Amino acid sequence: MAKIVAYSGNQAIAEAMRQINPDVCAAYPITPQTELMQQFASFVADGLVDTELVTVESEHSAMSACVGAAAAGGRVMTATSAQGMALMWEIMYCASGLRLPIVMTIVNRALNAPLNIHGDHSDSMGARDSGWIQLYSENAQEAYDNLIQAVRIGEEASVRLPVAVCYDGFIISHSIERMEILEDEQVRGFIGPYRNEFHSLLDVEHPVTYGPVDLQDYYTEHKRQQVEAMENARRIILEVGEEYGRLSGRRYGYFEEYRLEDAEIGMLILNSAAGTAKEVVDDLRARGVRAGLLKLRVFRPFPFRELIQALQGLQVLAVMDRSESFGAMGGPVFNEVRSALLELEGSPLTFNYIYGLGGREPTLSEIERAFSRAQEVLQKGRVEVLHDYLQVRE
Amino acid sequence: MNEAAVKPITIKELSRRRELLAPGHRLCPGCGAPIALRQILLASDYPVVLANATGCVEVSTSIFPYTSWRVPWIHNAFENAAATISGVEAMYRSLKRQGKIPADREIRFIAIGGDGGTYDIGLQSLSGALERGHRFLYVCYNNEGYMNTGIQRSSASPLGADTTTSPAGSVIPGKREFRKNLTEIVVAHEIPYVAQSATIPSRWGELVNKVRKALDAPGPSFINILASCNRGWRHDMDETLELTQLAVDTCYWPLYEVINGEYHLTYKPKEKKPITEWLKRQGRFRHLFRPENEGIIKRLQEKIDRDWEQLLRKCGEL
Repeated sequence: MAKIVAYSGNQAIAEAMRQINPDVCAAYPITPQTELMQQFASFVADGLVDTELVTVESEHSAMSACVGAAAAGGRVMTATSAQGMALMWEIMYCASGLRLPIVMTIVNRALNAPLNIHGDHSDSMGARDSGWIQLYSENAQEAYDNLIQAVRIGEEASVRLPVAVCYDGFIISHSIERMEILEDEQVRGFIGPYRNEFHSLLDVEHPVTYGPVDLQDYYTEHKRQQVEAMENARRIILEVGEEYGRLSGRRYGYFEEYRLEDAEIGMLILNSAAGTAKEVVDDLRARGVRAGLLKLRVFRPFPFRELIQALQGLQVLAVMDRSESFGAMGGPVFNEVRSALLELEGSPLTFNYIYGLGGREPTLSEIERAFSRAQEVLQKGRVEVLHDYLQVRE
Repeated sequence: MNEAAVKPITIKELSRRRELLAPGHRLCPGCGAPIALRQILLASDYPVVLANATGCVEVSTSIFPYTSWRVPWIHNAFENAAATISGVEAMYRSLKRQGKIPADREIRFIAIGGDGGTYDIGLQSLSGALERGHRFLYVCYNNEGYMNTGIQRSSASPLGADTTTSPAGSVIPGKREFRKNLTEIVVAHEIPYVAQSATIPSRWGELVNKVRKALDAPGPSFINILASCNRGWRHDMDETLELTQLAVDTCYWPLYEVINGEYHLTYKPKEKKPITEWLKRQGRFRHLFRPENEGIIKRLQEKIDRDWEQLLRKCGEL
């Protein structure tokens, strides 16, 4: 039986980690992730988990220890934000290249400089090419659900990739909301025990060399295998999302379509601002505007085929980015979406808004303004500004 | 550590053990590192798991699809061998505690890095792992520079050394700074076992027996091994061990161990040779013998004398 609780995003993740009960967790504190690791540390201190908690001296060492622990053959988790993730950067590529299914929570936060501790997506979006599967979460419930599914997705033998579960710093990490948690047995039954299908470092009878030098002769083939693993993840994400739906009543796919079926104008957004945008869509619909929303959950692998199917029929699409890609033609989400839409005949007119940098609140009226721009584009039949800022003092 | 429990091994017994570093690796002829590595691997009574920092040893022993390692081995990156092995060791403890691996399976964990990966870029990772008390041995094979990337200076390079980033020029006569005393930095972490060692011909068991003690220590242990790089030091390939012996006999590289904070000298040269004996055999110090650089040799000798005397005091030999 599911239990209804009032948890912050960080509490929800700590609870999911308690239920998952990883063998090793190596982590370093950073705002706004801190409370999550504090809570988990108290679970360790109270003997509620079997986890060996390695309280390292930096995030670089956190990810390094995770790589060592995962190669030793067991379930490994960590969590970080912003600068912490940036410090892990080098080793994030080692985790994916060595095909180690580490699960990491990224509590999304703006990157310095200037220093800002609040939520935007510059951290995880910057790591979009690091070979990690990326799942985004609108609220604490989705963060909790995503974390449990991440274990299954990453550990699947045909995948064996690290998975990042992202949610917005402070907005979700520190806000308390109503959510449902599963029973411990349900979670443990769903994820199952860690399966040692490959020779680990602790398998001393079968010594294996992890992370060799790999030059012109083989590097391309190994990268190609990594691409295949990411391709395999597409199917696994859907299967796991279905199965999780049967368990919890909450089914997960690549994205959520909200009043999109007959929409003329649409918005594509991810993480917490999707909640605000749904409210605006309802309001517009009440006023007779055919507005809809697509909330992206899976950014890596990028579900381009399914996405263009879902966006078919739209006249105008506003793509919302909560991080900048300096010097590019718009934010990272926009670039991916626009590129995917090239495959669609009669694709919608598409433009990009950068919003919510450094935690700036995207209010109802701000989101509504983005929809107004979409209506303008619809009337004029053309996009005049491709890449714009929704909230900025010029 | 119960010192009595650590049995010194006989050379006969050692010769019967299987070599765990396979031949065919691509380290240079005359390199000091594989001599030390083979001894380290032969020394252990337990199965070992190794983490290797980026460096000469790593790139020369693991060129896919070949490997020289007959033990489980991982290379992660340059600066994180200590953090990586701490993750491996944490998993071992976790699985053992949970009964997921047999309680009687004893494994030992070793991290290996060069002086670049240890003195410089990996120092934080090492310090963190030592403080956390993981049971592992960290081995620094110290050839006094970034030899893998082309003989650049590191904080282990001695005063006056001619390297590619501290070249002996017409104005600046090589490296201007003394080397860092990493062994003492590690001693300050108050771990159960710290040693300086080298593969010297006059004592075959010098390194082997230190490794055995280190692996039996109930917490972190550390051994700093001077290992010549004939490319960087610029001497003939067959002079490696002679040069190592001279480094020890000049007291430039004293051999000692610190067990639970207590210093023990493990080798005292019969006659302390002047540092010039060691310097003059290496191309990297050739410019020091020009009259205008006399002062550098003097400073080196004075520092060695001072450090040696301090060490003798710490070891209760004075």
